[in-house]
Amino acid sequence: MTLASLSIVPLSPVWYLVLGAFLFTIGAVGLLIRRNPLVMLMCVELMLNAVTLTFVTFGTMLNDIGGQVIVFFVLVVAAAEVVVGLAIIVAVSRRRPGANADDISLLRG
Amino acid sequence: MVSLVWLIPALPLAGFVLLLLFGKRLGEPASGWLATAMVAGAFVVAVVAFLGLRNEPDHTYTQTLFTWIPAGSFTVDFGFLFDPLSSAMLLFITGVGALIHLYSIGYMHGDKRYPQFFLYLNLFVFSMLMLVLGDNMLVTFLGWEGVGVCSYFLISFWFEKPANSSAAKKAFITNRVGDWGFMVGIFVTWFTFGTIQYTQFLPVSQGAATTTATVISVMLFIGAVGKSAQLPLYLWLPDAMAGPTPVSALIHAATMVTAGVYLMVRVNPMLHAASPWVSTMIAWIGVGTALFAATIAIAQHDIKKVLAYSTVSQLGYMFLAIGVGGYWVAIFHMITHAFFKALLFLGAGSVIHGMDDEQDMRRMGALRKLMPITAMTFIVGWLAISGVPPFSGFWSKDEILTYALHQNVALYVVGLFTALLTAFYMSREVYLVFYGKARWNETDEPTTLEAHANVEADVADADAVSVPDAAPEVRPEVHPHESPWVMTVPLVVLALFAAVAGFLNLPFSHSTKYLENWLEPVTGRYGAEVTYSNPTIVVLLCISTVVALTGIAVAYFVYIKPRLPVRWFEHPVMAKGWYYDWAVTWFMGGPGRIAFDAISWFDRTVIDGAVNGVGSLTRDAGDVLRKAQTGYVRTYALGIAIGAVLLMAFVLMRGTI
Repeated sequence: MTLASLSIVPLSPVWYLVLGAFLFTIGAVGLLIRRNPLVMLMCVELMLNAVTLTFVTFGTMLNDIGGQVIVFFVLVVAAAEVVVGLAIIVAVSRRRPGANADDISLLRG
Repeated sequence: MVSLVWLIPALPLAGFVLLLLFGKRLGEPASGWLATAMVAGAFVVAVVAFLGLRNEPDHTYTQTLFTWIPAGSFTVDFGFLFDPLSSAMLLFITGVGALIHLYSIGYMHGDKRYPQFFLYLNLFVFSMLMLVLGDNMLVTFLGWEGVGVCSYFLISFWFEKPANSSAAKKAFITNRVGDWGFMVGIFVTWFTFGTIQYTQFLPVSQGAATTTATVISVMLFIGAVGKSAQLPLYLWLPDAMAGPTPVSALIHAATMVTAGVYLMVRVNPMLHAASPWVSTMIAWIGVGTALFAATIAIAQHDIKKVLAYSTVSQLGYMFLAIGVGGYWVAIFHMITHAFFKALLFLGAGSVIHGMDDEQDMRRMGALRKLMPITAMTFIVGWLAISGVPPFSGFWSKDEILTYALHQNVALYVVGLFTALLTAFYMSREVYLVFYGKARWNETDEPTTLEAHANVEADVADADAVSVPDAAPEVRPEVHPHESPWVMTVPLVVLALFAAVAGFLNLPFSHSTKYLENWLEPVTGRYGAEVTYSNPTIVVLLCISTVVALTGIAVAYFVYIKPRLPVRWFEHPVMAKGWYYDWAVTWFMGGPGRIAFDAISWFDRTVIDGAVNGVGSLTRDAGDVLRKAQTGYVRTYALGIAIGAVLLMAFVLMRGTI
């Protein structure tokens, strides 16, 4: 079986949804169990991209352009979120080098 | 010229402010003259405005200075209602007030707080004018409280003596009970009519439900009972005699205590809209107070206490007039009473002044030779209050009795008997003070001299005379003397008015009823109509005259030509005021105290407990709930995740169930 022959066989869209669900779960679990702020931020990105993938898939399945359009919004939001998140991480690292997410818990009740 | 009406209260207010700023610098007697000039100026303006008012349509003029309280639909204007009722009252308040100010210049001579006295007096006159002029209930209430607080200041003017300050507190607190009724009356009026302006709610008061009008009338009457010293709240007025005598004359005889009568007359359409039993109750409380206070007055030995109880009694007459629908008659008696009672009080003050602060009538006697002007004027006042024709009290009291007879014979009989007692106790006072033999240098103590008569005595310069008070047997020689002209001139003027004020209203023909015709726009519509023919009126006048002369004659045979024993009349129970004061003290100290403690306990545990409970419940709940905020990002993220799952589950399940 050649690579070309593979490309002609249309993959069922369900697999894209399954991939999206896997990616989201990895991101969510990573966010919950990891302590490194940078990794946690990357997990958030992973979840965002999983959602984006799901949107695109549904857009194709339902023949709705809205699913594709929302990608732009997610990109913009993700960019903004990353800027803020990284800025916070940099600021925290400057004051407390090597701090993990549990060290930053001053707002506890 | 009627637009000058704002100037009438403004002048005493200006006097108050000037005395507040420069009183100490002005000193004696300049501050007294300033205060007198301000009130006299107000009187002149009142006369000018009164003359202008005659050209106004319906004899009514309203002046709104500014919006006082703009609060949504609740708006109160600071405005004046200048109509026949308020104009009549303004004239005698400023006129009598100016005379009493003039008198005070002499009476307060040498007092160490001389400017302060006139400061309070001016503030009082201002408040009284606000009370009368206010075109809505709140301005009236402002004046009502203003006169109350001035009364408090002036009763305790010589506050070095504890008795004086506790008398002031008694007056103030007793008045609070009445003020509660007045305030509730204002609230109910606002809820019912949406306005508290007299010119707006009084014309439509007949449209209100009878129950509402009854509630408003009764509440306002409770306020009037407190202010005008009626049963059961009269007991502050006799103690209020602790103040300087001009204060007793101005505040506790001529003006402030008539505020309740004024209020009732002002809202007379409301009384008409209320159930008939309200008016009946007012009449019986009035005549009951008149009789009750008159019996006490018979047995008093303090020259001012007699007049104090007499004032309570005369105010009872005014409420009797209101109760039987003779609203203008109440004002008529208020005016004549202001003249003769101010005269009597100032005369008593002149006697006290001349006797070096002696107030016990058993230490006086035969003063008419030594104080001729005081004696002459006092005798005019005596004849006026006793109801001897043609002096003023005769006409106004007889008019009240005529209205009472028209309503109910029982009211008439009680009123007539009170008139007999009035003539008796006033004659007793005159005989004891001005006739008989001179007793002021007798060394023996009067046998039944009550301790409280001395304690509550009106003593100028407390420090100077406290030594002879403490050791009565070494009393200094008293040389009674006539008072200076600033004190006798007001006496003469007031005596003139007390003699002739009755001609304001002669009952024989419609055209001679000047006061009734003048007050017609305010009191005519809902007042009772008395339709006795002239012969009947003459018979009634004769009965009143006979009653008055009988009272005087009985007193003559008791005190001048002792044919009748004194103890028949001066019963100790009456001297103690039927133990009413004692009963109130006992009740408040005993069962009342327990009830108050219970209320206090309820307030502390239940009311405060509820309030504090809400606070501590919130705090305790917060203590538990704040544990949820761990500060760990992962906890929050887990929360979001669980929430999202639950939401998702809810959305999915919703279709299936």
